[in-house]
Order: sequence, then structure tokens, then C-alpha cells
Amino acid sequence: MGNKQTIFTDEQLDAYQDCTFFTRKEILRLHGRYHELAPHLVPMDYTNEPDCKVPLALIVNMPELKENPFRNRIVESFSEDGMGNLSFNEFVDMFSVLSEMAPRELKAIYAFKIYDFNVDNYLCKEDLEKTLNRLTKEELTPEEVQLVCEKAIEEADLDGDSKLSFADFENMITRAPDFLSTFHIRI
Amino acid sequence: MAYSVNICETDSESDFENLGESEPGQDSFQVVAEPAVSTQRCPQTDVFSECTRINTEHLTFTASGHERDETLSREQKKSLRRHHWSAATLKVLASMPSRTAGINNAAVIPQHARNLSQLDRHQTSSQDSSQPSRPMQEDSVQANIEEEICNEENKKEQLVSILRGLSVGEGMRKLQASPLSLADKMEVRQLAFSDVAESSLIRSIPCYSRLSLYISRTLHHCLFSCLPVLTSLQLWHSPIKRLSGRFGTGVLSYFLFLRTLLLFNLLLFVINGLFLVFPQAVNPPPRPHDSNLDTFTGLELLTGTGYLSQSVMFYGYYTNIIHKTCRNDSTAAESPDLPVCDSKKPQVVPYSIPAAYFFTIVIAFYTICIILVYSISKAFGRGFQVLKSNGNLAGKVFCSWDFKVIKKTSVRLQSEKISTQLKELLSEMLHGENQKSCMQRLCRLMLHLVAWVACLATIFLSAMTVHYLSESAIKQSCLEKTELLLLAAVVSGINLLLPGLFNLCAWVENYDSPSVLVYVSIFRNLLLKVSIVGVLCFRWLGRIAVERERCGIQCWESFVGQELYRLLLMDFVFTVLYTFFGEFLWRLFTKQVLKRNRMPVFDIARNVLELIYGQTLTWFGVLFAPLLPAVQIIKLFVLFYMKKSSLVLNCQASKKPWRASQMTTFFISLLCFPSFLGAAVSVTYTIWTIKPSSGCGPFRNLTTMFQSRQLWAQELENTHLILSWLSWAYNSLVENPLFLFLAAGVFLMVIYFHTQIIDGQRRIISRLEKQIENEGKDKQFLITNLQAIYERSGLVSP
Repeated sequence: MGNKQTIFTDEQLDAYQDCTFFTRKEILRLHGRYHELAPHLVPMDYTNEPDCKVPLALIVNMPELKENPFRNRIVESFSEDGMGNLSFNEFVDMFSVLSEMAPRELKAIYAFKIYDFNVDNYLCKEDLEKTLNRLTKEELTPEEVQLVCEKAIEEADLDGDSKLSFADFENMITRAPDFLSTFHIRI
Repeated sequence: MAYSVNICETDSESDFENLGESEPGQDSFQVVAEPAVSTQRCPQTDVFSECTRINTEHLTFTASGHERDETLSREQKKSLRRHHWSAATLKVLASMPSRTAGINNAAVIPQHARNLSQLDRHQTSSQDSSQPSRPMQEDSVQANIEEEICNEENKKEQLVSILRGLSVGEGMRKLQASPLSLADKMEVRQLAFSDVAESSLIRSIPCYSRLSLYISRTLHHCLFSCLPVLTSLQLWHSPIKRLSGRFGTGVLSYFLFLRTLLLFNLLLFVINGLFLVFPQAVNPPPRPHDSNLDTFTGLELLTGTGYLSQSVMFYGYYTNIIHKTCRNDSTAAESPDLPVCDSKKPQVVPYSIPAAYFFTIVIAFYTICIILVYSISKAFGRGFQVLKSNGNLAGKVFCSWDFKVIKKTSVRLQSEKISTQLKELLSEMLHGENQKSCMQRLCRLMLHLVAWVACLATIFLSAMTVHYLSESAIKQSCLEKTELLLLAAVVSGINLLLPGLFNLCAWVENYDSPSVLVYVSIFRNLLLKVSIVGVLCFRWLGRIAVERERCGIQCWESFVGQELYRLLLMDFVFTVLYTFFGEFLWRLFTKQVLKRNRMPVFDIARNVLELIYGQTLTWFGVLFAPLLPAVQIIKLFVLFYMKKSSLVLNCQASKKPWRASQMTTFFISLLCFPSFLGAAVSVTYTIWTIKPSSGCGPFRNLTTMFQSRQLWAQELENTHLILSWLSWAYNSLVENPLFLFLAAGVFLMVIYFHTQIIDGQRRIISRLEKQIENEGKDKQFLITNLQAIYERSGLVSP
């Protein structure tokens, strides 16, 4: 089936193909991208599953993430240690969830994690303020930011505790038909 | 409205014992599908401990006496504030099913390492007042870490057992969509799917079923690997990625629409090519002796006359011969080259060109209709919204950032766009309608009226111009080469210049809301194009087809086909010129002369309407020029690259908001309703009523094109006995009005049932929305009262 590659075993590629939304070719391409982030750190041979992690600072320099205001949060949400150092599995997982084939529910789960800055499983007012500041990059005055956060929570909060739980967030996502196309990074 | 909440206020005293094991609510109304099974065992006390910590922080910050008696007086409380809920209340809050179900489902439980590092972070930042409780919390958290680990293991086992119950394909999809980390997913996959293989190997199964298992497994594997390959083979994948990165979702929708149209035309081309062009090309008719054909100038390609008119391109080339491989004895004189039919040998079904022509066109239109209806219904289904609220501020905050945009300037533009939108929404929400004085409103009304009158007058004038030109061309000779191009040039010029004028009008009118502006411009542009196409249709079907002798045309269908060909080509030429002059030179002009840095903005609506217009002409012209889809394919292909480079060189991303998904739905419905429907109606009218020309084409000597199918059915009966059942089926089903009546009746009934079901569902949805609101209010009410009762009974010091 084409060139014989020695980066992964066939079983590994099968496993990746079954567990993510990528094909074998895309997995190999992703490995190439991962490798070029830190060529001295990332081995070319993954057959014995080496345990190496690329640090956050290198990952957020990727062209796809560089200008994204949420790049740190995105990488942190997919890292096991919460500090943003991704192993190859986590790297693939991240782009798989952000690809266009991932279903809405899966994307909503990770979007919730990304916007939850203080990682308390709720989107409280501070989370919203931070989100808004990164979105608008200081274009709104502080009073406007406060107002938007209050109104947004009022709108989306269904159980009345003045913060958004995952259920509230998911319900709000269903109201926005653009979510699937905007929460998508092409790689 | 019946509430189905089981917790009663009077039972709140007895609830004190049950606090530790709050049962998952027996609400008849389930918000989340997956049950939170293990909430009793793991009451998420890390959340609870965070709550108390933040609680104490809040207390120290808001120590300046916020409304302490808020909880005691019910009338004063407005919202649920987390100021001073007691520990017990917080515990109840945290273990509510709606909170924990989401967490369990989302696998948002942090890893134990993250948990500890989190605690460290928060502990260093928390206030001194929480000091004494820290060691106790650490122990309890430690104990809960093990509980969380076991909870995760339970979840994995649950998933494995679910996957085993499903087929391989479904299981694979569910695994891909589960929110576990990739390493966990691989573990689950190994457990779930290799077990199946192992168990089937252990039980010695007979050879053939093992073989079939192997075959089905390989097929599944092939299918899973083929489908992604097909999608990655998608046309223009990387250019589209680059464009969406720089210009955003709005411009992306234009290029995706272009690609869709290309695929439609490809389908048409393949169908026509296989069943129509190829058989006719293989058996060419005898060439008529005509001196026109020998000279070849470049103008022929542009006008479609000359040697092109005697090619497979146009209707006139097609013969009304039925191609057989052998002949009957009786017709020996007609086709002496063919061998005599031997009744013992199997015969090939004769291929009738007229029938092929008719049925190919009809079936092509049916296929496209089905595809269009399917894509519209899909698009409408996606756009359906529950719990509508005006503004949708939260959705704007969370869902409007386009993650695909990577270029720095586009990112900055995007944040400006979002801020503008948020400011607009905010001002709308706070201040309501702008209160204008009566005089101002009157002025605006007058302005709108004047603009509308001007636009409608322009449209009427341009339609009249086209009509007048067409009439004068008919009065003189129809066949002057350069004059032929004049009509096409005038139509394309009108289509190019007037939309710019409409945009200018709309800009002068200064609409309040940008979406209204977009819709008004689209409507005016659409009206212009519809009126022009209408006038042209009248020219072709109402004048040329009927009065063909006056014009001196032998083959009016070929003539109409040539006109459409010319229109498409002229449209393309003018687009190229506009792209070059309009955008490139305008950019140079503004840069050098006006010294401004603003580049023109890509007008998505206008370009999409141009595409729809071209597609309408193609659909209408397929009957008269079967290879017209090929011309359209080439045109769209070149257009893609041209627009792409023009965009990259000359334009900048728009600041105005563009609701991509709504607009895409709108454009697809425009493609279906005026465009495809109009073309289909015109083609049906032509086939049904207009007499085909007697000198050329596959339908010569027939009264209408519609008759060809009856003749084919007869022919089929005569030649082939085995296929006579086909002709019988055709006669009794398709020709029989009773059957068609019944089929249409059943269809209408099914549609009616579906509409009623949707109505019922809509009513249920609004009832559920009300119930959600009431549940929220109930919760608020109960928690506040719980707190009040705690404090009153002295369990907690207020």
C-alpha cells in the first residue's frame, strides 16, 4: 500500500484510524508536523511508543494556533498534566476534535473545557470576562464587558445559579448553528 | 402547567438525613441522556472544597455587609448569589444531578495529577481564613482521588460493555465520538474489539463463517479507509483552507457554493455524455454539404455557429434514428449494411436516440431535483433553533470566533467585527428601538421609497431594452454574426453594472441593520436577473420557436442553444474584465491617486447570484445543447482560480458580519426555487407544447417532443419480445393517469402526516421550554428556602 513507512506499526496506525477522525495518511502527516515542532526531541520511530512531550511554548507557535487568542487554553485542555505539554497522542486528539468530522457533542465538551479558565467545571463570570477580553482585544470598555457578561449569563443560565454549567453551555450551543463551522481548525 | 418535581417543601426537615445520598432526581424531564449512576458514592467534594474556598474569599471581599438578610426575605432576592451558602447547602448544590451528570458525561474530571497541582495553585492564593480547614480538606481530597480513579475505571468499563453490544461500524463511530483521551480510547478499543475476535476464535467456528467474518471485517476496513480517501481527494482542499484562514467563513461559503455547482454540472455532464453524446458521436449522421463549415475563424467559438453547430454540442446534430445491430428482413432497403436478424441468436436492444434524448434530460432533471431538495432540507434542519431568544449574546460570545482564521490582520479584523456586533447587540438590548422624531422617520421613508422606485424603474428599463433589442433582431435577419453577440453583450453588461448601482442605492439609504441591507441588495439583484431571464425565455419560447420561418432559421433549437452558449461565454468574458478592471485597477487607483489603504471588499451576495444566474442558463440550455454543462464546468474551474487570485491580491476581508450558515441555506433555496424551478418549468413547457423543427434534431416529424416516448414504447414491443414486459410496465405505470394520481395522493398524505408530526413536536418543545424555566425557578426557590431553614433551625450560624 504505497511506501513502507517505519514510523508506526500497522496496528498502531489502525488504532489511530479507529479512534480518531483521521486517515493513515493524515496521521503520518500529523507526525511530520509534530516532529518539526521539536526535531531534536521527537523521535522519528514511534513503534515502541516513546514517551516524549513537546512543551507548550513550541506548540502555540504553530501557524494554525499562533494568532488564536485561546491557543494556550486549547493546548492545556488536551494535555494530561494541565500545563500544556502534549504527547503525540494528545496532539492527534486535539486536532481530531477540532477537525470537521468531529460531532457537535464532542466539540461542545472540549469547547467548554477551553473556555473554563479556572478549571472549576463552570463558566463563571470571570471566565466569561477573560473570554471576552481575548475575543475583543480591549475594544470594549470595562463597563461594556461587565454588561455583556451579565446579559450572557442571564440568557444562557437555565438553572439560575448565575454561572453556566455544561448543560447550560450545551443548550446554548444548539442555538448557534455556526458552532460546527467556527470551532474547526484545518491541519 | 404541571410540575413534576418530587421534593416537597414540607419534607425538608426529613431531608437532613438524606443529604449525603441525594438521589438522582426522579424528574420526568431528563436533561441529560446518560444516567449519573455513581453520584452517591463520589459527591464531587473537590468541587465542594473549591466552593467553600471561593466562598470564604468572597466573604472576605464582600465583607462590607452585603444583604445578609437576603436569604431570609424571599421577596428581596433576585438571583442566586453564592455569597453565603452554608457548607451543607453547597454540598446539596454540588451533588445535584444536573451538575454531576454533565461532569460524568464530559469526562471533565481532571486527572489526579492535575487535581493536586490545582489544589496547590488555589491553596497558595486562598485567604488565611481558610487555613484551619486545609489539612482536613487535603485528607478528604486524597480519599476522593481514589474514588475518582475508580469512577473513571467504571466509566471505561461501561463504555467497553456498550461497544460490545453494537456492530463494528457503530461501535467505531461511538468510540470516535466519546470524550476520553486518545490513550484511553485505544485501551477501550483493544478491550472491546479484540475480545470479539478472540472469543470467536476460541470457540471453534466452522470454516465458512470464519471466512465470512474475515471478509466482512476486511470490507469494513476498506470502507472506512476508502471514504476518508474520497473526502481527502476533494477538489481544492488546500486553496480553500488558505482562503478560509485569511478571509473567514463568509468568503468560504462562496467557494464551497462554487464547488457544489461544479459537482452538479459534472453529474449532468456524465449523464449526458454516457447516454446521449457518446452513442451519437459513435454513429455520426451524414454531413450536410455546407460551405459555412469549411472556414474556421475564431469567432465561431464565441458565437457557436459555423462548424460548432454541426457537432455534438447542439441539438441539431442529433438524429432520430434508432440504432440497431441487425435488421429485419422487411427493412432490407433502409439499412443494407447490417446483417439480417437471426431470431435464434440473442439481439442487442436497439438504441433509440430520440428516446435517449428525452429520457436522459428528464432523468437528469429528476436527479438534480432530488439532490437539491435533500440539501435544502438538511440545511433547514441544521438551522432549527430551540429556545429562541432575541440577540443570543451568549452564542455570540462563545460561537462566533472562527478558529480557522490564521492570518494576523484577519484575526484583528475578526475581533473588530465581533466587538462591533457585541456593541450593536448590547445597544439593541438596552436602549430598544432608536427613538427618531416623526420628521426623521418621514425623511427616511421618503428616501427608501425614492430608492425603491429608482431601482424598480431601472430594472423595468433594462428589461425593456433587452426586449426591444430582441424584437429588432428578429425583425431584421437573425443570423448576422456580430449582431448575435450584441444581445449577449448587452445582457451581460446590464448584469454587471446594475447590481453596482443597487449597492450604491442601498449605501445611500443607510439601513440600520446590516443584515437588512444584505437582503435588500440580494432581492433587487434577484429581481433584475429574474426579469432578464424571463424576457429572454419569452424571446426564445414565445417568439423564435413559434415564428421560426420569419427568422429564416431552419433549426430553432440549435439557435436557442447557440444563444445560451453565447450568453454564458459573454458572461464569463465580462466577469474576467470586471475582475481585472473593477478590482485590480480600482485598487491601484485608490492606492496611487486617492492614497487610501482600503481595498475593495469581496461582495459575496453579488458573486453568488452571478453563479446562480449562470447555472439557471445551463439548466435551461441542457435541452438544446447537451454539452453545455461541459462549458459551464470549464467556466467555473477558471472562475475559481481567477476569483481566488483576485481576492488574495485585491480584496480585504469584510468588516460586516456575515451569518454564513443562514446565508448558505438562503442561497441553496434560491438555487432551488427561482433557478431550478424556473428552468424545469421552461423545459417542461418546451417538451410538452412546442413543435420541434422538422429539419433537424431527434424529434423531427413529431408534434411535440413528448411523443417520442410513446413511439419508443411501441418500438420496444415490436423488436424484442422479452422486453415487452418493460413496455407493458411503462404503459400501465407511467402512462396511466390513475396510477400517477394514486402515487401523488399517497405522497401528499405522507407530507401531511409529517407536517402534523412536526407541529406536534413544536408544541411539545415550547411546553418543555416552559418546564425548563419553571424548574429553574423551583430550584432557586428551594435552595434559598433550604438555606433559610438551616439558619433558622440553628444548624448553621448565619
